[in-house]
Amino acid sequence: MHLFCVGISHHTADVETRERYGITRVSESLPSSLGCAESLMLNTCNRVELYGASEMPVATEEIVRVLLRPGDDDAPDAHSFYRYEADECVQHLFRVACGLDSMVLGETEILGQAKKAYEAARVNGNAGPFLHRLFQRAFRVAKQVRTRTEIQRGSVSVGSVAVDLAVRIFGDLRGRSVLLLGAGEASERTARALVSRGVADLRVSNRSPDRAEALAQLVSGRAIPFESWQEQCREVDILITSTAAEEPLLTRATLAPIISERLDRPLFIIDIAVPRDVAPEVNELDGVYLYDMDSLQDIAAQSLALRRQQIAAGEEIIAEHVADFRRWFVTDAGNAQSSRRSAHSAISDAPLPATEA
Amino acid sequence: MDRPLVVAATVCFLAAVVRTLLALRAGVFRPGRFNFLAIACGFLLQTAFLSVRGNAIGRCPITNLFEVFVFLAWSIVFIYMLIGPAYRLSLMGAFTAPLVSAIQVFALLAPVDVPHQMRARANPWLEFHASVSMIAYGAFALACVAGLMYLAQERQLKQRQLHSAFQHLPPLHDLFTAVTRLLWVGFALYTAGLISGFFTGEPLPRLKMICALAVWLFYGAILQGRHWRRLAPKRVAALCIIAFSAAVTVLWAITFVSEPHPL
Repeated sequence: MHLFCVGISHHTADVETRERYGITRVSESLPSSLGCAESLMLNTCNRVELYGASEMPVATEEIVRVLLRPGDDDAPDAHSFYRYEADECVQHLFRVACGLDSMVLGETEILGQAKKAYEAARVNGNAGPFLHRLFQRAFRVAKQVRTRTEIQRGSVSVGSVAVDLAVRIFGDLRGRSVLLLGAGEASERTARALVSRGVADLRVSNRSPDRAEALAQLVSGRAIPFESWQEQCREVDILITSTAAEEPLLTRATLAPIISERLDRPLFIIDIAVPRDVAPEVNELDGVYLYDMDSLQDIAAQSLALRRQQIAAGEEIIAEHVADFRRWFVTDAGNAQSSRRSAHSAISDAPLPATEA
Repeated sequence: MDRPLVVAATVCFLAAVVRTLLALRAGVFRPGRFNFLAIACGFLLQTAFLSVRGNAIGRCPITNLFEVFVFLAWSIVFIYMLIGPAYRLSLMGAFTAPLVSAIQVFALLAPVDVPHQMRARANPWLEFHASVSMIAYGAFALACVAGLMYLAQERQLKQRQLHSAFQHLPPLHDLFTAVTRLLWVGFALYTAGLISGFFTGEPLPRLKMICALAVWLFYGAILQGRHWRRLAPKRVAALCIIAFSAAVTVLWAITFVSEPHPL
């Protein structure tokens, strides 16, 4: 039995090329149309991969042709595709499931996507005992790598760093209020990240009331007149500034009296404007936590560096599992193959085991 | 022959300390079940000791400095067991274990487990006064621990060093809530202990009275400052550490200087 994976990802092709591939609905006849016993398609925004098990080798060009989206009349470009067989295929899937092959190293979204892909293949009967075993093992490896290493440590984007910091200060973000000063795209993204963690009270203030109103509608907040933004600092918990002002809008002298009135409540300031909207000395005030673009990016970079340090540990765990899977494949595969039909139907009806769901 | 129970309890607490140190060395410092279980085992052993000793002497086992220290350590762990899981501050155990270990190691090594010579008849008011005051000290100790954790987290956030060994500390808000509640619990118990002291029927040593009142006033002032929002959380946290250090010194001093209770 040949185990293989043919795919295209952010490592090998740009988005323009990638978007040509990835059939949205995988039919039950996919394995037979390829001449495979089993097949499973993993289709995400960063990769399109087809995992298969077949008696005879299947040509890459044939698979690429099948993966081409319907309606694309251009010739498929097989050069952008990679192909892994046997151990390499197993290792690749384990790396993908662990987030080691992801654009954002260590991200966990891919694991959910792999589970969904497996579930779809199981339901339509395309996944049999080989892919079942392979994917169940991949989920187990991903869990182990997550718990035994620090591959997920820290946040690696400015928005997620801001959310992480807010959680470290306030704990639960529900009931917290945020003031967006300036209607920039970066502040909007950061605000959305905070909203995703439960922030409901969003206020937007901008020199142009129209832009403030527009952004307020986008983020389900309310517009505040620009003249009163300093007054708002008495009430809000988080201030995100991104104006185009040439001079700092907020200095220690202007903020100190406001802070003295809210001594028991911290103020988290995210200054993503360049030049900065908030004077650095503001961070010296009790209860004020000021982060500018550089400090947020520094933290994201540190997190990424820490995650990279964990790659070797993750690869070690993966290598152990690849060797273990090889043993099963060599010793038990024959038996599995002979009982394939019965196992196939049993697996197809069985739900995903709770421990790995 | 009840001391082995204290030794075993101390071993449990030290196991939690070692585990924390190993985690710190590896650069990972996160809440773990091991610490909580080790401390829970230590707590059971402490409780067993206090029960055995209490039965043996026929009263609350705070008749000498050894028993006082063990009772204080038990009070700290008791409050931790109540507060830690409730406020998701299991990490507090990593800070509590060294404190409790230090108290018990000192109690075991110092020649302070001497049976009290003056055995008077049991006095329930006196026992209530002493035990409630001890538990209040336990709450103040935990407030001190939470204060330390608050200052560590605050420093990380101010200095923008989020990848230190203490990166898994609880949020500032949760820590400050814990500090405030522990202060109120400690203050209420201490007040009860102080008032019950007047009902013991024993002569009240003047120095002891003054020291106890000073501690009460100190904590009262911190709580008042917090209530009126005149004190920033960072200052409340720092004052908790100062107040507990002062309170322990006072406890030590009055136990040495004043005539011990004939419990």
